[in-house]
Amino acid sequence: MSGGHGHALYRPGDSAVHRLPAHVKVLALLAFVLVVVATPREHYWAFGAYALLLAGVAAIARVPARVVVARMVVELPFVVFALLMPVVSQGPRVDVLGLSLSEPGLLTGWNILAKGTLGVVASILLAATTDVRGLLAGLQRLRVPDRLVEIASFMIRYADVVAGDMRRMRIARESRGFQARHLGHARVVAQGAGALFVRSYERGERVHLAMLSRGYAGSMPLTATAGAGRADWLRGATLPLAAGVVAVLS
Amino acid sequence: MIEVSLEVAGLAFAYPDGHQALFGVDLTIGRGERVALLGPNGAGKTTLVLHLNGILSGGVGTVRVGGLEVRPGDRDTLREIRRRVGIVFQDPDDQLFMPTVRDDVAFGPANLGLRGAELDARVSEALDLVGMGDVADRPPHHLSFGQRRRVAVATVLAMRPEILVLDEPTSNLDPASRRELHDVLDSLDVTQLVVTHDLPFALQLCPRSVVLSGGAVVADGATADVLGDADLLAAHRLELPYGFDPRSVAPGRP
Repeated sequence: MSGGHGHALYRPGDSAVHRLPAHVKVLALLAFVLVVVATPREHYWAFGAYALLLAGVAAIARVPARVVVARMVVELPFVVFALLMPVVSQGPRVDVLGLSLSEPGLLTGWNILAKGTLGVVASILLAATTDVRGLLAGLQRLRVPDRLVEIASFMIRYADVVAGDMRRMRIARESRGFQARHLGHARVVAQGAGALFVRSYERGERVHLAMLSRGYAGSMPLTATAGAGRADWLRGATLPLAAGVVAVLS
Repeated sequence: MIEVSLEVAGLAFAYPDGHQALFGVDLTIGRGERVALLGPNGAGKTTLVLHLNGILSGGVGTVRVGGLEVRPGDRDTLREIRRRVGIVFQDPDDQLFMPTVRDDVAFGPANLGLRGAELDARVSEALDLVGMGDVADRPPHHLSFGQRRRVAVATVLAMRPEILVLDEPTSNLDPASRRELHDVLDSLDVTQLVVTHDLPFALQLCPRSVVLSGGAVVADGATADVLGDADLLAAHRLELPYGFDPRSVAPGRP
């Protein structure tokens, strides 16, 4: 929980990828993912080419492979799901290593795995090369509704505070001899969660007061962010364009 | 005639649930004065503070800041009032809500319409006043509590307020941070109203003290005199720390 937010994902650097304005990167990611998802699953080598493109971006951004791999654990639930597909699906069966697997299931599993992994890796690269503040400003530039950007911003700012509250409450519980051992203890934990909600809600009201006191009138001032020049857009377009070429050729 | 920063006249207020918090408060603070607002819990201190910039309203009486009357219905006036009254809230985590210290200090002046170089200059000016210029790019929650409190002061100084209002500024501070905060506040050339239970801090920082109790002003005078009046303190649940004798220390410079 140390630092516990964007900083944990962000790897400071000064590469070409780092310098690209955040909103360009967000759009590039979106376009790339769209191309990947639109590629028919039977075009196997296209996915290899996409992976190579991402590896290229990672190399330029100097994000080491082990960092990317370590962060890919967020994908695990999907991997499990993808691995189950060949076993539980219907249709013609094929024998692989003595297991009878469903052929459409294998394809579906591969589809989820390949597209999911590419999307996750691309997002990891975005997060590793864009600091939180830039990302929020980028979303604001992309005309994401102000309310959503504000909510994201507050979430980032207060994740630590609320986690700290939660930890203190747990320590206070345990200091009085409580250990959550069986389901009957869920009630105590749930009450803690309720108290945490009320506390956070009240904090929200106090924060709003503090904002009003400093002249907040319904919208966050857009604090300085660099706009994107033609060169930035061109550089940002490289990845989705290359992916598009691959998709067309495959 | 001295110029007046804050003028509260006949202010009374009851919360919607019927609880009457203020019963006709009168308080005048001249420009450049430093006044401690003392009083037990539940005396109405916070209620009074929230009236100063029009967050609470609807009772009787008037509040004027630098001659301008707080009229809650009037948005333009309210904006100017909130620029003139800089409130530093008790919990810096409530006050610092932006991703970096720089953004947070910029929040107020940006709401006032400042942009670009002018905004940057205002931010560094405010951070330098509290000696926090070198943390501008850090996220607030990576700072120590004392640092956060000082940054919270900077966030309102950046609006160049007519009067700085501090709610329990020394709560949760260790003695070194407390002294540092004192030095920062002492160096500021701005009218200050310091709401506190910390009587030695009031004596150190504020030549004048006002005691609010039961929603009314019950004493108003030199801090040394107020703290020296044992009967007054006892009647209003104010207590000096063990072993502290206000007559034994020199009060802060007037």
